[in-house]
Amino acid sequence: MDRRNFLKTSLVVGGTALTCKNARAQEQHNPDEFVGILVDTTRCIGCRACEIACGETWGMHVPDVLNDGALETHRNTDENQFTVVNKFETEKGDVFVKKQCMHCYQAACATACPTEAMKQMQGGPVVWRGNKCIGCRFCMVSCPFDMPKFEYDEWNPKLQKCTMCFERLEKGQKPACVAACPTDALMFGPRLKNLEVARHRIYSHPDEYEHHIYGEHEVGGTGYIYLSAVPFDQIGFRTDLGKRPYPEYTKEFLYAVPMILFGVPAFLLGLNALADSSRSGPESEFSLEFDIDNEGDK
Amino acid sequence: MNNNVAINASFGNLFRFFIQELKPRGPWLTPFNIISIPVILVGLGILVYRFIHGLGSVTNLSQETPWGLWMGFDVVTGVALAGGAYVITFVVYVVGLDKYHGIVRATVLNGLLAYCFYGGALLIDLGRPWNAPNPYIGNSFGFSSVLFLICWHFLLYMVCEFVEFSPVIAEWLHLEKAKRFLKKLTLATVVLGITLSILHQSGLGALFLMAKPKIHPLWWSEFIPILFFVSSIYAGLSMIIFEGTVSHKVFSHLIPEKHHHHFDDIVFGLAKGAAITMFVYYFFKALLFIHDKQWDLIADGWGLWYLLEVIGFVLVPALMFAFGFKHRSLRIIKIAAVMALIGIILNRLNVSVIAFNWYSVAHYVPTWQEIVVTFMVIFSELWVFRWFVTRLPVFDSGH
Repeated sequence: MDRRNFLKTSLVVGGTALTCKNARAQEQHNPDEFVGILVDTTRCIGCRACEIACGETWGMHVPDVLNDGALETHRNTDENQFTVVNKFETEKGDVFVKKQCMHCYQAACATACPTEAMKQMQGGPVVWRGNKCIGCRFCMVSCPFDMPKFEYDEWNPKLQKCTMCFERLEKGQKPACVAACPTDALMFGPRLKNLEVARHRIYSHPDEYEHHIYGEHEVGGTGYIYLSAVPFDQIGFRTDLGKRPYPEYTKEFLYAVPMILFGVPAFLLGLNALADSSRSGPESEFSLEFDIDNEGDK
Repeated sequence: MNNNVAINASFGNLFRFFIQELKPRGPWLTPFNIISIPVILVGLGILVYRFIHGLGSVTNLSQETPWGLWMGFDVVTGVALAGGAYVITFVVYVVGLDKYHGIVRATVLNGLLAYCFYGGALLIDLGRPWNAPNPYIGNSFGFSSVLFLICWHFLLYMVCEFVEFSPVIAEWLHLEKAKRFLKKLTLATVVLGITLSILHQSGLGALFLMAKPKIHPLWWSEFIPILFFVSSIYAGLSMIIFEGTVSHKVFSHLIPEKHHHHFDDIVFGLAKGAAITMFVYYFFKALLFIHDKQWDLIADGWGLWYLLEVIGFVLVPALMFAFGFKHRSLRIIKIAAVMALIGIILNRLNVSVIAFNWYSVAHYVPTWQEIVVTFMVIFSELWVFRWFVTRLPVFDSGH
């Protein structure tokens, strides 16, 4: 291996490394600016006004709440509905739980997206942008709450999920579901303030609440946080997701990428040089001189 | 004027040469053609339907199971099976073991085509494939995404493999000067290709790191990337043994006599390599199993399924490779290769499809359309492979 070859190789390797600097640190937000919604399930009466408001705001399915009997089954959000309310029968009576995208503080879907189509906007809402999306559904694979929903029956499918009404937030309005809630079960505001309110409610009514705010620590913290009178696993929440932010699961791998990208070629070229010299022995020196002579001729 | 005529004439010749080479050779009604042609035609029909009516019209994918057979088999498994190219180029060009030179061309061609077709299968699984250039052209780089890394590596690796293979094309076109130039690029592309392979083979495993709560704990581990990388080594070696054996039967008229005996010798070497990497892989698996204290997980059906994969299709073929190498038994080695390949397919499908959402009541089962399209991808790759080996000097290298 001569010097020219070595330079060529390092150029190729370096060029690749520059285009693939994958291990960029997660964007850090100022926690004060991070907004969210507090859901107090003890206040929810299951009127599903939020479902109607959401459907009307986004031009999607508007349920006929009086007649469709939807509370009899446990529903999931789908590509036509960003949010649903489910009824759970517990030891403390019926509990109604609103379900939608949790807007994680460090969102797995946004980390997974190869084109930044799924993106966390300023302030926390995670929003999907169709002009970027390639439809790989890696966001769906990565989301611990299974929230992005894919339009499997469209030739030009969209990924549908709650956007925390990002467009309304930009105009200074509250999310449609919060504005529609008649019982203040939903409260929109800075996440830190929501947490304080939630803690205050637990402290002032210690017997009425579980002493756990779902979403305070789960998956590193979510924009939507929940209060409940019964343990969260009884009202449809996964309690096995852990406190670690999901992007951290791939962080080590991505940090290793640049090291491998530079380290392995160095190792391979070194190995190759060793293998060459051990095979040809003293001849290799001859060929080196021969190469230099050639260069001189030119 | 004369010059122009000459250039026109040579272009005409080149054009006629290409047309000539595109014509089929040999008999038409072979069993392979009779099976593969209808499958490919039906598969194309399904794809047309899929692009009009959406993915849901031909697949059983759902909101809970966003990746099915196309992603799990064509992409995740297919790329593992194409690992032979980077292993063999490492052995031949980096370490300099000339013994394996005879199989480099066929293996690199196989790798190149596998990436074109199986990486290409990613496109038919994308919901919005017309946006596929987005990760490349720079208007939206998802630097933090493992899939972004894989997109780039697939593309760059295909370029590497094409450059590695290009001397064969130059030889076919009798372009001696170009061939000499292209050969000089080989070491650089080999080194880059190996690096990219290490990263995207492990990267395919890293795709599932964030799916931790959805994958059965026997298959999810923080070390999936390393497991995927190590297993891709023996997957590639087993694939070379399997594919070489089939090629030597099907294309025996194209392969010089001396290579037939030489190939047996190569198989023994590959078997030794496969045995060692499989033992390493098995050791990793056992270590993770014991370290994570998963004894109580193997009592149910999932545990038996796991044991079948890890013992039946990793430990057993590893022992068979070692036995076959020691006792010079090609038969045992070839059976071991097939078993190792089944083990790889099981492992990749378990991580990506079977043990994904294992707790779900309505578990994903592929539709017949998904299976037909999968076979369409495999068959069309074999068609192109056959076209290449019957026309280009793939088996009978110039030296």
